[in-house]
Amino acid sequence: MAYKSFILVCAGTGCHSNMGEEIYNELVKAVEAHNISQDVQVVKTGCFGFCEQGPIVKILPEEAFYVKVTPDDAPELVAEHVVKGRQVDRLLYKEPGMEKASNKIDDMGFYQKQFRIVLRNCGFINPEDIDEYIGRNGYQSLGKVLTELSPDDVIEELKKSGLRGRGGAGFPSWMKLSFSKGVTGVDQKYVVCNADEGDPGAYMDRSTLEGDPHSIIEAMAINAYTIGADKGFIYIRAEYPLAIERLEVAMKQARDYGLLGDNILGTDFSFDIEIRLGAGAFVCGEETALISSIEGKRGVPTPRPPFPPVKGLWGKPTCVNNVETLANIPVIIEKGGDWFKKIGTEKTSGTKVFALTGKVNNSGLIEVPMGTTLREIIFDIGGGIKDGKKFKAAQTGGPSGGVITEEHLDTPIDFDNLVALGSMMGSGGLIVMDEDDCIVDVTKFYLDFSVDESCGKCSPCRIGGRKLYDILDKISKGSATAEDVDKIDAIAEAMKKASLCGLGQTTPNPVLSILHYFRDELFSHINEKVCPAGKCKDLVSFSIDAEKCIGCTLCARKCPVNCISGAKRQAHEIDQSQCVKCGECFTVCKFDAVVKA
Amino acid sequence: MAKLNLDDLKKMRDEKRREMNRRDTDKSIEIIIGMGTCGIAAGAKEAFDAFVTAIDASNLDDVMIKQTGCMGFCANEPTVEVRMPEMPDTIYNNVDATIAERIVKEHILEQKMVSEYVFDKPSVDIVDGQ
Ligand SMILES: Cc1cc2nc3c(=O)[nH]c(=O)nc-3n(C[C@H](O)[C@H](O)[C@H](O)COP(=O)(O)O)c2cc1C
Ligand code: SF4
Ligand code: SF4
Ligand code: FES
Ligand code: FES
Repeated sequence: MAYKSFILVCAGTGCHSNMGEEIYNELVKAVEAHNISQDVQVVKTGCFGFCEQGPIVKILPEEAFYVKVTPDDAPELVAEHVVKGRQVDRLLYKEPGMEKASNKIDDMGFYQKQFRIVLRNCGFINPEDIDEYIGRNGYQSLGKVLTELSPDDVIEELKKSGLRGRGGAGFPSWMKLSFSKGVTGVDQKYVVCNADEGDPGAYMDRSTLEGDPHSIIEAMAINAYTIGADKGFIYIRAEYPLAIERLEVAMKQARDYGLLGDNILGTDFSFDIEIRLGAGAFVCGEETALISSIEGKRGVPTPRPPFPPVKGLWGKPTCVNNVETLANIPVIIEKGGDWFKKIGTEKTSGTKVFALTGKVNNSGLIEVPMGTTLREIIFDIGGGIKDGKKFKAAQTGGPSGGVITEEHLDTPIDFDNLVALGSMMGSGGLIVMDEDDCIVDVTKFYLDFSVDESCGKCSPCRIGGRKLYDILDKISKGSATAEDVDKIDAIAEAMKKASLCGLGQTTPNPVLSILHYFRDELFSHINEKVCPAGKCKDLVSFSIDAEKCIGCTLCARKCPVNCISGAKRQAHEIDQSQCVKCGECFTVCKFDAVVKA
Repeated sequence: MAKLNLDDLKKMRDEKRREMNRRDTDKSIEIIIGMGTCGIAAGAKEAFDAFVTAIDASNLDDVMIKQTGCMGFCANEPTVEVRMPEMPDTIYNNVDATIAERIVKEHILEQKMVSEYVFDKPSVDIVDGQ
């Protein structure tokens, strides 16, 4: 007898580490206790994207979306929702600012504007069960490619689709395959999945691998067939243990079914994959560094050309693709390049997965058609800025990107538009800032990251990055001059031209971007020695407005260095020489008596 | 597990697809069954099973079967609401296994009301003498 009800339990990293396993076990126990295991299937799935609200349990077919579930809630969910058909209101998700819970996922702002291709199976199937992937048309595209399409047909379909690499640069995927395919007279070719995902704040590749590992295996096999490779590597950072474990399970199942290994699906195509673990250095995501790392050497970049599609691993043609790029490929083969081309913008078809974080109400993993505007992402899907604050800027592209301001909120997002705004798509980190965030501070964070991650092989990157950081540090301390700003330009130019790899070439981007859009704020640090957001410690001071202070003593009790004095019901005072500017007093005062200047 | 060939793979997909498909909630036809205590006591579970079997047997992919709490017509349980394009939203009462099969065959496949069991009459000109 077929199942009538499905209880989907998120087993993504976020929910999993938050008692996900226990919740699953309790649900299974409750289902058994009610004797309905025949009718109700409890499924562990990948991330639903809405990790902030996790652990999440979704019950189908009613589409009830339960959030912040604990193992103790499990018996009630089964007894009430599944057995009696009454939704458990207290656990249902409520939209920010709304009283009543939305009872349908389709009505939730977070999901409404999303369009899922890459994440099609995430949160829907059990990633550890190959049969579920097959039930969703899995491996059919591989079957079609092996029996009906020539390598050139595959390339043609990808060309029609307009798919561009999602690893950052947006290089046309079909072209890379056709470069590799075009090399003749070699005994070996390789395909590589780049799952290094080094951008701070990004976790879309991890979630895809955890939630739908078979889609990556299928895509790698399709690519391998297309270029004539029989071996593949997945390069993944060791900090992703759950993704690695799921990949291993998936690869084993695929081998058992004859979908990896010799004579796949009874054809004469053979292909297998090995996992290679990275130690988590950012530069190892760069393709030439990644290749050296797989070869067992230090993960440092080498000059291109030769380009890896022609001369890569051990000197053989090697097609390196990002996880998200790969996840699109089986769908393009299944539904056709023309179908895919219709989604997104003229120059960038398809969708983009973003890790939306920062000062938005709904942070999480989202997938939207290319061309969606930042306003739709932040205000419709993200539910607006937290605590009713004002939007200041969004940072895209991570350490190689830049900021987008209020005036560009309505620009449709795609590779070219972001570059035109001085930012980048990057791998898809999207960090929202509000009026309390200092632009200098944020930029310092990215520079610090890039300086730390520079492999040090070339001097423009090693020395230039350090210099840029020092100047920014001076700005944040109020000791910079206008001359320093000129220096930034000179250093940036040198780094862009002379750095060996993309890391060094893009390190200045965040600084250049704020010079362009936040000149005023930058110069108020330099000229007036003021940090408008009140973040830069050396430029702010806290004092107490004696008129407003009612002497509740709260601040004095919270101050970590005990530098606030004053009697009960008397105005308090801060000893400026002791104050470490932690802002604690400012946060706790209920009477707006602490003044930040 | 033996190695698959393409035919095996297709067969596996077709077997599994129906079950996976039931998880998909993006469908145009909805059958909503009242499964409050009253509904279950009156036989809603049997009706549910009959719907699932009839839908599978008719190879209908676009139908979602959901349960809901008591619809408030306890005396007329089991009650079932059917929503689909081209037909008015309709509530049926006293739905047993046989009526469930008729609803699938007549209402959904042939787009004709099972008039004797319509509870919430949508509009007189549609029911009877149509
Ligand atoms: C410093 C640096 C870090 C990178 N990190 C990643 C990464 O973590 N993941 C990734 O897929 N691509 C990364 N890339 C881009 C890769 O070099 C390469 O372009 C990409 O893997 C190609 O795949 P695609 O065509 O599918 O985008 C990085 C590039 C640079 C310069
Ligand atoms: S918390 Fe505010 S009101 Fe209370 S003593 Fe401190 S400054 Fe005064
Ligand atoms: S900013 Fe921090 S250290 Fe300074 S007075 Fe307030 S609580 Fe004390
Ligand atoms: S990990 Fe559960 S929703 Fe993301
Ligand atoms: S080594 Fe990458 S830019 Fe210097």
